[in-house]
Amino acid sequence: MTLSLIQTALELGLICSLTTLALFLSYSMLNICDLSTDGCFTLGAAVGAVMALAGHPILAIPAAMAAGICSGFLTALLQTKMGVNSLLAGIIVNTGLYSINIAVMGGSSLLNMNKTVTVFTLTKDLLAGTPLAGQYKLVVSLAAVALVILFLVLFLNTELGLAIRATGDNPDMVRSSSINPVFTTIVGLCISNAFTALSGCLLAQSQKSVNIDIGGGMVTIALASLLIGRTLISRGGIFPRALSMTAGSFVFRLVYTIALRLDMPAFMLKLVSSVIVILAISGPYLKSQLPMLRRRLAQEREEDDIC
Amino acid sequence: MLTLSHLSKTFNAGTVNEKQALSDLSLHLEPGDFATIIGSNGAGKSTLFNAIAGSFFTDAGSITLAGKKITFQPEYVRAKSIGRLFQDPLRGTAPHMTIEENLALAANRRGWFSHVTKADKEHFRDRLALLGMGLEDRMRQPVGLLSGGQRQALTLLMTTYHPPKLLLLDEHTAALDPGTAEKVLQITRDVVTEGKITTLMVTHNMHQALELGNRTLMMDGGRIVLDVRGEERRNMKVEDLLAQFKVGTGKELDNDRILLS
Repeated sequence: MTLSLIQTALELGLICSLTTLALFLSYSMLNICDLSTDGCFTLGAAVGAVMALAGHPILAIPAAMAAGICSGFLTALLQTKMGVNSLLAGIIVNTGLYSINIAVMGGSSLLNMNKTVTVFTLTKDLLAGTPLAGQYKLVVSLAAVALVILFLVLFLNTELGLAIRATGDNPDMVRSSSINPVFTTIVGLCISNAFTALSGCLLAQSQKSVNIDIGGGMVTIALASLLIGRTLISRGGIFPRALSMTAGSFVFRLVYTIALRLDMPAFMLKLVSSVIVILAISGPYLKSQLPMLRRRLAQEREEDDIC
Repeated sequence: MLTLSHLSKTFNAGTVNEKQALSDLSLHLEPGDFATIIGSNGAGKSTLFNAIAGSFFTDAGSITLAGKKITFQPEYVRAKSIGRLFQDPLRGTAPHMTIEENLALAANRRGWFSHVTKADKEHFRDRLALLGMGLEDRMRQPVGLLSGGQRQALTLLMTTYHPPKLLLLDEHTAALDPGTAEKVLQITRDVVTEGKITTLMVTHNMHQALELGNRTLMMDGGRIVLDVRGEERRNMKVEDLLAQFKVGTGKELDNDRILLS
């Protein structure tokens, strides 16, 4: 029982860690909080499902990623070339994507893939008879995560990757250098949204259905995973840090699955993720305020004593 | 090398805060010229640098660098031939990236998808050793761990890794302690001389203004009011410079951070 729990957490954690890795690029590297993540996740799921239903389960993956790139390009264009605030750009694209996602799904808000061939069923058939047969979901998601991490490690050390990191790290430096921040922001958001869409595509195919809310709250869940991962490993090169994103996603899912076993209702998922994000972001801030607060309290107590 | 002709720039035109920061300013620098710039607060020194570097476009006039009109080139295109250092030593390097990665950004011209090679790293090490700050043994550390002086020296190294056609130094030693400032200044002298880089340097140190380079420019009210060079400059003392300023503008040099020594 516990083993199957861990396995479910691992599968879901791995698939959703692709979104965490996307945020690793946009949030940690480019320093942009991409609020179009929810819509882009659903877009990937919808495009992937429609392609799989049309009989192209493998083509579904590049198609979903291409859709993600388009969405990321639009978000980036709004904030770099059209003077829209970065957060607002994400929210606007997210809202617009809701209509687009329903349109992609042919006007319905639910698609069922129970009998559809997906990359997961293909792998299941491929692995039939081998010891890995029961682990087909794990194999697919593990392969996807490994490829994305490999790409990130190679890419973020290229000239372009370094330029993208510098854009987020010191905008002042980039503005007076020969790097065009508009270009690096666009490239960064296109790639990160491709990963988000890939994540959605794989989740939809693994649970054999898509509904319009599949991506709801994904940005908070991924952010929670990212922040957990960051507390695990915050130093070192790109590889350990990218790996920690996956570990963070897994820990998040594990905690959530255990909580479910302890009779926490499933609808609490989003509240839990919000609380984790709040704690992870406000924790260090409050900690830095603590000495001042202590001093104030001590002084007030002293004054009380004098009176 | 650099020709500025009739540059003008007005900020907040038509409002009560209207400020003419550059007013019909013209300047010509020969290749290899090293000119220091002094002037009162608000004389337009930083605005001049912003105009040359392309932080904004001027309202009138034209800028030519190495025979090419760059008046309307965007900042990041000009940055390929113009290097720039600011007073704030934190502005020129990315704190969460390692020394090596920062240098890779400055050095690599082989295309977007190229990686840093072993030979590159050797080269970085040699260049860092020239700074004499021990940075060559800390190449894998994040730049955020360095002191202000070390970061400014690194910025200087990055900016001049491929010698630019023009180097703009905006009081780049003013925020450093005297010892470090002297060191960064020495490195500046060396790279500028070695690369024969045409340089403009804003300073509030009158002594530096006369000692460094081959020309001294004085700015006031968005114009260059004084341009001393050659024999006249060699025989000049700080007092003469101040006197000249008074003749040129009809008022005392007024800069709250001026150093006369």
